Amino acid sequence: MSIRFQNVTKSFGLNRVLNNVSFEVKTGEILFIIGKSGVGKSVTLKHIVGLLKPDSGSVSIDGTDVTKQSAEQLSEIRLKCGMVFQRPALLDSLTVFENIAFGLKTVQYAVKAGKELEPKELERIVTEKIRLVNLGHELPAILDKKPPELSFGMQKRVSLARTLAPHPSYLLFDEPTTGLDPITTNAINDLILDLSRKLKVTSIVVSHDMSCALKIADRILVLDKGAILALEPASEIRHSRQPLIMEFLKEEFLKGGAPC
Amino acid sequence: MIEVKEAGKHFEDKWILRRITFDMSRGESMVLIGPSGSGKSVLLKIIAGLITPDEGYVKLGSSNIGMLFQQNALFNSLSVIENLLFPLGERLGLYGTEARHQCAALLEAVGLLESADLYPDEISGGMQKRLGIARALIVKPEIILYDEPTAGLDPITSRLIADLILGLRKKEGSTIITVTNDINRAYQLADRIALIARNTMYIGGTPDDVRQSRDPALKQFIYGLKDGPLNQPGHLT
Repeated sequence: MSIRFQNVTKSFGLNRVLNNVSFEVKTGEILFIIGKSGVGKSVTLKHIVGLLKPDSGSVSIDGTDVTKQSAEQLSEIRLKCGMVFQRPALLDSLTVFENIAFGLKTVQYAVKAGKELEPKELERIVTEKIRLVNLGHELPAILDKKPPELSFGMQKRVSLARTLAPHPSYLLFDEPTTGLDPITTNAINDLILDLSRKLKVTSIVVSHDMSCALKIADRILVLDKGAILALEPASEIRHSRQPLIMEFLKEEFLKGGAPC
Repeated sequence: MIEVKEAGKHFEDKWILRRITFDMSRGESMVLIGPSGSGKSVLLKIIAGLITPDEGYVKLGSSNIGMLFQQNALFNSLSVIENLLFPLGERLGLYGTEARHQCAALLEAVGLLESADLYPDEISGGMQKRLGIARALIVKPEIILYDEPTAGLDPITSRLIADLILGLRKKEGSTIITVTNDINRAYQLADRIALIARNTMYIGGTPDDVRQSRDPALKQFIYGLKDGPLNQPGHLT
């Protein structure tokens, strides 16, 4: 049971972004999707949650073909997938507690859980998720704060806590560390690794950062010109002689072996 | 070309920057690195005159400044070439054939001549960055301020953008300050690297100095270490 792309093709106008792409994500792994800007990395993620439909081919989650589902059925599938956006995408007018509880109050979640959550249970889940993203030392004050009162790094963590609240089986990260300073980048990557292992979820991370991929990925998928250039364990990608992959690896060399 | 003396800025009762002092000579390139929210972009805006400092002063050897904003700030309703024609007319009063000729020459230099009639949302993120750079440069500024010129771009495109910035600087002899969190781009672009952290500035020196530095704050930032002086109270020394 996992995510499978079979012969997926997607074009925007004359631009064919994905060309007959097939791959399978293994249960419990951290898969990094690496590639140049505009190569279709985010497009791939959006196909998983049905935000985009392929022109041909299929995308399945746990054996269900996402491309053939109604809007209602898609809502159920999306509950399995927690999406972490490049920017924290928090609701500024709501408190941290309300932001994290937001997804737990939806009809879809109530149906999944069999009932609406009692306030005490809601509080327990929100507090648990705050601790999971290493913000436990900020409790309880952080619950009443609004996103603009938090640093960018903390907003990213709260956003991750919100994603984790409905217990997704899959975590989809869209460039989670783009534009962040090296300290915050490392902290977010450690968190992705820690959560993936602790919660036994399957994680797909779209990124430009090969250093981070080499550090925390189980496998790395490299997209180029609409096709899969490589899909290999991180330990093998490190020794790749493919020119494009070597260009990405060069960044790590330039850093002088610094951790990502 | 640039003199900043004891500059400081607070928002409400919180000081974002204090005691910022440095000089830059004509043609020099300085890169500002530092944790998110440390005030790097605020300092850039103080130098650009977009934010007034609450203490200290900034003296510039020229009022002809170009700035690339983090989000590019392009005009979506204008075509690529019109995005350059607009500042040329507004700031230098140059219109007509000569203006179009200058814009076309710069678009060629940044590799966008074939896209001259497209609109910003019809070109890629890397192309938008190059257009943002071209727009900052079209008025031939003597001082250019780049706020995160490569954020969100893949490393290959980022290296090309940095090469472009360096090539244009060599041609025009401009003085540049770049804010970035990408350490490799800082090494590529800088004559001097300065760390902005905990309200103040710490000059780290040349890229080689920074690479070899044993300074705990610099090392913590560059290597992204969890613990170090950047997490501790008080000022950096």
